[in-house]
Amino acid sequence: MEPLSWPMIFAKMVVQFWPVWAALIVTVALSLHFRRRLGLYGKLFDSTVGLLGFVIVMFWVFTALFADLIITFDPIAQISQMKNVSPGTPVPGSDQWYLLGGDHLARDVFSRVVMGARRVLTIAPAATVIAFMVGITLGLPAGYFGGKLDTGLSFIANLVLAFPVILLFYLLVTPEIRQTGVPVVLAAVLFLFPVIFVSVLLNSRYFTNPARRNLYVGAALAVGLWAYSGLAFNADPTGIWSMDPNLLNVFVSVVFVNAPTVFRIVRGIVMDLKSRDYVAAGQTRGEGPWYIMLWEILPNARGPLIVDFCLRIGYTTILLGTLGFFGLGVSPESPDWGSTIDDGRKLLSIYPHPAVVPALALMSLVLGLNLLADGLREESMRD
Amino acid sequence: MLPFLLRRVGVMVLTALTLSFVVFCLTNLAPNLEKLARTEGSVRMSDEAVLSWIENNGHGGPMVMRYGQWLGVVPGWTRTDAQGVTRGRCIQGGLTAETAPRYCGILQGDWGTSTVFREPVIKTIKDKLGATGWLMLWVMLVMVPVSLIIGVLSGMREGSRTDRVLSTFAIATTATPEYVSGVILVVVFASATTGISPILAEWGWISGRTLFLGTATSAIDQITFWNFALPVMTIALYGIGYIARMTRASMTEVMTQQYIRTARLKGVAFHQVILKHALRNALIAPFTVIMLQFPWLLNGVVIVETLFNYKGFGWTLVQAAGNNDIQLLLACSVVAVFVVLLTQLISDIGYVFLNPRIRLS
Repeated sequence: MEPLSWPMIFAKMVVQFWPVWAALIVTVALSLHFRRRLGLYGKLFDSTVGLLGFVIVMFWVFTALFADLIITFDPIAQISQMKNVSPGTPVPGSDQWYLLGGDHLARDVFSRVVMGARRVLTIAPAATVIAFMVGITLGLPAGYFGGKLDTGLSFIANLVLAFPVILLFYLLVTPEIRQTGVPVVLAAVLFLFPVIFVSVLLNSRYFTNPARRNLYVGAALAVGLWAYSGLAFNADPTGIWSMDPNLLNVFVSVVFVNAPTVFRIVRGIVMDLKSRDYVAAGQTRGEGPWYIMLWEILPNARGPLIVDFCLRIGYTTILLGTLGFFGLGVSPESPDWGSTIDDGRKLLSIYPHPAVVPALALMSLVLGLNLLADGLREESMRD
Repeated sequence: MLPFLLRRVGVMVLTALTLSFVVFCLTNLAPNLEKLARTEGSVRMSDEAVLSWIENNGHGGPMVMRYGQWLGVVPGWTRTDAQGVTRGRCIQGGLTAETAPRYCGILQGDWGTSTVFREPVIKTIKDKLGATGWLMLWVMLVMVPVSLIIGVLSGMREGSRTDRVLSTFAIATTATPEYVSGVILVVVFASATTGISPILAEWGWISGRTLFLGTATSAIDQITFWNFALPVMTIALYGIGYIARMTRASMTEVMTQQYIRTARLKGVAFHQVILKHALRNALIAPFTVIMLQFPWLLNGVVIVETLFNYKGFGWTLVQAAGNNDIQLLLACSVVAVFVVLLTQLISDIGYVFLNPRIRLS
């Protein structure tokens, strides 16, 4: 078979991504049709920047979802003649090509980037969600009550923020530190916050109706503690919730780096909002402080928080890439973009494609998230 | 002003002590010490031998005491072995047990010895910080003016075409971390097979094989445009977008103020309004942002020095961490944390100086 030319490579890739295009068309068409009923999400489609960002982000989300259908080769399979081959080289003994060439271990770059999307897009949003839960659970009382609690929590947050991120990673994500169990302790503390957050949220809403409260809080606690035991201590008897110790280490450090910034943002917003009339009205009605914080203040703070959430997923993606770039906490087989860039950079000036492809992928995803955040900010300010 | 300053410095010292203690604990964990024993002693040591090596070299005892010794507020350890030879933390460099000082920690200027570079840590740090200082200087010289100009240009007429183009550029650069932009810049400008270098070489415009050098190793001896442009650009690009966006936000806010309209109505030319009235107030917020950008620059420095093999502070940090060089890693951490805290302090003080509306409370 002949090597492919660049237009042919792009054509082949477009065909290979067909499930993504189909899903994108359906999503955008449905959203455009019902956009007047969809609130802030619908308004996003009024701004060009927001729409562009949304499409880029959804492209990668669908790529991660349908990765198994898109890849042309096993992302860790090595085909010996294909070492560092240039894009579009046919694979002997099959009717396929290495669309974006082979890397230094003769693996298919295209399939690895597609599989890498799945890895990046599971860790980054999940870590951001946990960081937000930690930040919100601590930031609300710090901003609302102030005083000693605020001083103490702010001091701790500033401590973490004064660490250069890269140094923290070098201290926290090492094989030695896993032996000492520090990541498990951190996980035990950080993963507790989502459980606390959901329980307090439901309790403060339904405590006037004990029957429903017991049902909801009980269910939340049961599921939460089940997941907690599995994720933090790997002690889930059914084995549904579990996390590879390597991954746990990376995950916990990323949450740990992000949570203090979220804390500061939430605290600032709460300090601003707590002097509003509706808070005073709630206090006069005799509502409890947690009800006011979680059901009066938090919904009104959602605008800046949603925008920051998008930006923070992008930032977390960058952090995960940094970890991969320094080879921290990932297995050499892992197709995640950061470690692929690191593998490729050694032969960068001779064979650029193994490093450039994941680099462009990472850049486009973060760019999409930034544009999405910009669109959301513009639209939410019009309210 | 003085009480404010004193309180800030007090919090800073407290933060520095806490952070250095945390770093000390994390670098002196038992597995790290065992690894150190095996590299310094012998790889085939039995587990008991490792434990006694750790004990005999002053790494035993409670963590707080060891931290105190390292800091220089607790007397250094001494130990007399079976032959009657006394060894100790402070007994080194020709000193005997009698002449050696009792305290030798970082407060006395003794930072220990690096196990990777086989020289005093203080010397390594000084050399490498000098190298990184040049990198930082050039980054600042490129980044600050470019980002301020972009921010002011796009902020002075919000929504114009200039604004759209420059804002898009700014968003794109904030989405490009150093390890991505570095890779792309090398491929475009410093690869003999791809990018623009082969074309330029074919036309005979450049004498070498590539336009820029893909490594900055030679920049340690002599900095030239050709070996330093890519590392500097890589770090600066990421910061430019962020500072430009902050400047733009602050500039658009200033441009809606009453006094700008008054000046315009009075007949002052547009460029005069920008230069004389708007800039002064619009540049307060970016000042803080630039100072707070330093911690992130440190991040960029580590990535870029690794990518371009420039043997500065960031490269040293990676070497220290990768080779379990406890003393050097500790010193690097202290320097890094100190830089971060110092820039925070400067940004706070500068903000108060620049903006008289801020009341000291």
